Amino acid sequence: MVSADVQEPIAEERPSSVAEVWRVLEGVRDPEIPVLNIVDLGIVRHVRWEADGRLHVGLSPTYSGCPATEVIQASVERALVRAGYPDSVVDTVLSPAWSSDWLTPEGRRKLRAFGIAPPAEAVSTVRRLFGAVTVACPRCGSRETERVSDFGSTPCKAHYRCTSCLEPFDYFKCI
Amino acid sequence: MSARLEYVLRLADTSLVLGQRLGEWIGHAPALEEDLGLANLSLDLIGQARLLLTYAGEIEGRGRNEDDLAMSRDQSDYRNLALAEQPNGDFGHTIVRQVLIDAFQLELYEGLQRSTDARLAEIAHKALKETRYHFRYSAGWLIRLGDGTEESHRRVQGSLDSLWRFTRELFAEDDVDREMASAGVAPQLADLELRWSAHIDEVLKEATLQRPADVPYVWHGKRGQHTEHLGYLLAEMQFLHRAYPGASW
Repeated sequence: MVSADVQEPIAEERPSSVAEVWRVLEGVRDPEIPVLNIVDLGIVRHVRWEADGRLHVGLSPTYSGCPATEVIQASVERALVRAGYPDSVVDTVLSPAWSSDWLTPEGRRKLRAFGIAPPAEAVSTVRRLFGAVTVACPRCGSRETERVSDFGSTPCKAHYRCTSCLEPFDYFKCI
Repeated sequence: MSARLEYVLRLADTSLVLGQRLGEWIGHAPALEEDLGLANLSLDLIGQARLLLTYAGEIEGRGRNEDDLAMSRDQSDYRNLALAEQPNGDFGHTIVRQVLIDAFQLELYEGLQRSTDARLAEIAHKALKETRYHFRYSAGWLIRLGDGTEESHRRVQGSLDSLWRFTRELFAEDDVDREMASAGVAPQLADLELRWSAHIDEVLKEATLQRPADVPYVWHGKRGQHTEHLGYLLAEMQFLHRAYPGASW
């Protein structure tokens, strides 16, 4: 009986455990852009105890078909078990749809340092998507760059070239 | 089968079949950038199909999941638009097919964002963001090819002329469409047609291509009446699952 009581999370512990779980999630990396953790990426939508007595973590996919989504979900489940939350539930949250605007300032800084240009500007209007955006080269900082293709090595990246230092680079595109 | 299940399957199957077609280009596209571009479009479409098929399985309520629906249904059970199953042809032919469907999905998902069906609305919200990139890609290529060399112009005009007969199906309303539109689940096809037409006219004008005349005959892929091409596509896509039922990796 005593051991059963110990396993049940008690109410007073809940606020601190939520903060702890956020720290655990900061240890889960994006498998395709390993400099980013999933909190940097802005895909963690909630961490909360729900009425079913279980801890729920909400994740949003970046793109509908992104193969990293399932890897990330499995990584989160493993990390939660290791951190002592074996009964936790990972929810998929589709709406509102993930936007590159949710990348944290820290995430943007890490991307640039890794050689990937962060999203150029906020996704506020549809018009912006079809207009020209200026993307700075993550290597030399030049704004003289050109788009090679809207599609690159992963769904979230486009392929650019710097016309100053002539290096090709990835651009984390706005969506 | 309920009208809602029919409707969701039509959306799902169109994305799945088109995604499978585009996947055939992997390793064969004219340049590495286009190989990546077409593969990315394919991936988005298959991702959308997975969300929709999962939902279809839940509506059906017989315990079928996305894989069961994708891999165990035969040609006559598929509900995709006949346009989506047409063979790739050359790169320009694939681009023409893509422009015609991207412009349609663009307006379809735009409208579905306001669907009374909350699940469809959230899937549409996600898919719309991806489809904007698809349309920018396909329309950009059609303009370059149409307004390119004499040969590229001739070839894409030929593709447009041969694929145009499948476009009537996009807007041919039937009982399922009418029931879904009156329930506020689906946008009105007549509205979609106007918006689609405006996109297409704009792209064709810039591409210096001629809009073909409409033909009276309408395919009904969405009622299971397919061209001979779908069976071959499914045979390849479903082979592994049928040879090794329940296989997973």
